[in-house]
Amino acid sequence: MSATVTAPPSKAPAPAPAPTSRPVPGRAAGGRLRRWLGNGLVRAFLVVVGLVWVTPVAGLLLSSLRSASDNAASGWWTALTAPGQLSLDNYTALLGNAGITRAFWNTVLISVPTTALVVVIAALAGYAFAWLEFPGRDWIFLLVVALLVVPVQVGLLPVAKLFGQLGLFGTIPGVVLFHVAYGLPFAIFLLRNYFADIPREMLEAARMDGGGEWRIFTRLVLPVGRPAIASLAIFQFLWVWNDMLVALLFADSSSQPLTVELQSQVRLFGSNIDVLAPGAFLSLIVPVVVFFAFQRHFVQGVMAGSVK
Amino acid sequence: MTTLTTPVGAAPARGASPRRRAERRRRIIALAFVLPALLLLGALVVHPVLFSVGRSFFDASGSRFVGGENYAEMFRDPATLTAIRNSAIWVVVAPTLLTGLGLILAVLVEKVRWATAFKLLLFMPMAVSFLAAGIIFRLAYEEDPDKGVLNAAVVGVHDAFKESSSYPTARAREGQGLDRAPDGSYRTTGAVSPGDTVTLGFVGVPPADVPAGAKPAAPVRAGAGELGGAVYLDFTPGGGGRPGVVDAAERGLPGMTVEAERDGRAVATATTAADGSFRFGELAAGSYTVRLPAANFAPPYEGVSWLGPALVTPAIIGAYLWIWTGFAMVLIGAGLSSLPRDALEAARMDGASEWQVFRRITVPLLAPVLTVVFVTLVINVMKVFDLIYIIAPGPVQEDATVLATQMWLVSFGGGNNQGLGSALGVLLLLLVIPAMVFNVRRFRRSQS
Repeated sequence: MSATVTAPPSKAPAPAPAPTSRPVPGRAAGGRLRRWLGNGLVRAFLVVVGLVWVTPVAGLLLSSLRSASDNAASGWWTALTAPGQLSLDNYTALLGNAGITRAFWNTVLISVPTTALVVVIAALAGYAFAWLEFPGRDWIFLLVVALLVVPVQVGLLPVAKLFGQLGLFGTIPGVVLFHVAYGLPFAIFLLRNYFADIPREMLEAARMDGGGEWRIFTRLVLPVGRPAIASLAIFQFLWVWNDMLVALLFADSSSQPLTVELQSQVRLFGSNIDVLAPGAFLSLIVPVVVFFAFQRHFVQGVMAGSVK
Repeated sequence: MTTLTTPVGAAPARGASPRRRAERRRRIIALAFVLPALLLLGALVVHPVLFSVGRSFFDASGSRFVGGENYAEMFRDPATLTAIRNSAIWVVVAPTLLTGLGLILAVLVEKVRWATAFKLLLFMPMAVSFLAAGIIFRLAYEEDPDKGVLNAAVVGVHDAFKESSSYPTARAREGQGLDRAPDGSYRTTGAVSPGDTVTLGFVGVPPADVPAGAKPAAPVRAGAGELGGAVYLDFTPGGGGRPGVVDAAERGLPGMTVEAERDGRAVATATTAADGSFRFGELAAGSYTVRLPAANFAPPYEGVSWLGPALVTPAIIGAYLWIWTGFAMVLIGAGLSSLPRDALEAARMDGASEWQVFRRITVPLLAPVLTVVFVTLVINVMKVFDLIYIIAPGPVQEDATVLATQMWLVSFGGGNNQGLGSALGVLLLLLVIPAMVFNVRRFRRSQS
């Protein structure tokens, strides 16, 4: 999964020759003091940066726990000294809001099938591009890689027309198909390269044992490719869960995910923070849980996916 | 899946050798593996790209061929020009800042023991949708310093350095010795001379605006060569006060700037104390005017209009930094950890300062990784859409627009000019291609 982490060049500029004299003790002590002070500054700087990163989220969380009138009257930080302002009322109201709960389920219904389809279709194709032979294989793979560049924006208009003719416009399957298609180039690229590293002897041995390609694929390739598949699945899931643009166009009001439902409320920003803040928190809590649950795969997936 | 391998109905050609039959069988299996992917890609990606390129040569309704007219229009229309300009700002500023910030943090975080926790914290926003990040920052950039945390901080810092004991609502009663100048300052009507005691009464200050430390007004008795007095709130709570006279229950107005003017020039300045008193010492004999500059009555500092037309793009780039800095830091950190330790250590042993090590060894060795980070960010910055769509308030949206949002607005958001929209989409595609080619080539190199 070193998709973006290049190996550093092995040749370093030759370091200067080794020191010839030992440093004077006094100088060493001075250096140590300086280093200690420097480390203090570094620590302080990093703490400040960390606070800058935490504060906006804390603001969202605290705002989501305050009543509309409190939010209109004062800043969320006043809740730090007056915790009495905090309550779960906004969340109870949110869960009773039919639009929001349906949007939440739509998000699940869009992102889970998309992830599964991308992984299955890309794994099949990735294996074929890596180990099966068919005419024009390498050229077709190159074309697939070239498709990595295509921004979703280019596809919106033509696919909207196509889906309109097929009756898929405004439906969840339409949104899913679009996401799958635009997730595939990267997914195939990633998995083919991972599968290509499987030692040839392993596959030959499996073939000798009389395994059909399907059997080799399910029994050998998929298990070996699990780390790459996990990273891909996490990246793809987040990508779709967090998407707003595609759903904004392709989903109608009954199939729209949480992001689209919430953005329609942003127009009235300020007067409905009591809906927006808990809604945004609901939408971000799932990815954040995924993040902490699958830290390593997550970081690798995002790293790899960012080349898109 | 295996059942697909024998074509239904078509018996293998008679006489074909078993080897050739096996060969054919293998090809068909292979095609079955790639077919779903190729169908989807062909119908939903390849075809749309070709369609968009073709569509960009037709007019808004798609009925008339206009050649390159849409592309020319792009550079004439003020709205798309703004989008191109903003996209250029984004592409230059955001990746540069992110790479720099990522590098600095990656180097510094190695020096602390809680590096992992710090990296996780900064990386976390990558998990969050642009929509949620947009709402988070819309909240933070709120202009009212009582609601937006950023302006609360800015106003706090501002007021800490510049005293904000101003009384925006204060005014003097007509005909009681104070005249208001057009610029908002007040002057005594008559001339005063050293030895006089001047009391300057104001009304219209709500109790909440009077500083908590204000004491009952006590005018300074001016000695020889001195000018003294008090600025006070000429209002007795509960009633009973006499206008123009310092009554017992009336409080001073602390923190007012008072100037003694002679021949129109300020010769002395004082600030009123908690009881509203002030004193100018050692004044030459003559006639003076006491003046209260307009700054005393200026409205309080309200902070920065982050989401106004002027600052909206930098403000949204700020939100973008919050999301992507962790990415840059972790990627650069991975490169950093694979640097040859001995080269760094040797340089340190040689007495090189940390800065020299950083500048002369770390950065040059990291150059390939930094390039990758930069290029990857360029690709992603080009496509930024949601963040601008969410953070920029309606009226400011046209000041914040970039290619991706403009393409949306033109095609779907009321513009409904799909010819121009397609041309913008094609432009976006053309701009991303070089960066993408770089990434793919590098990937292929790292594979071989």
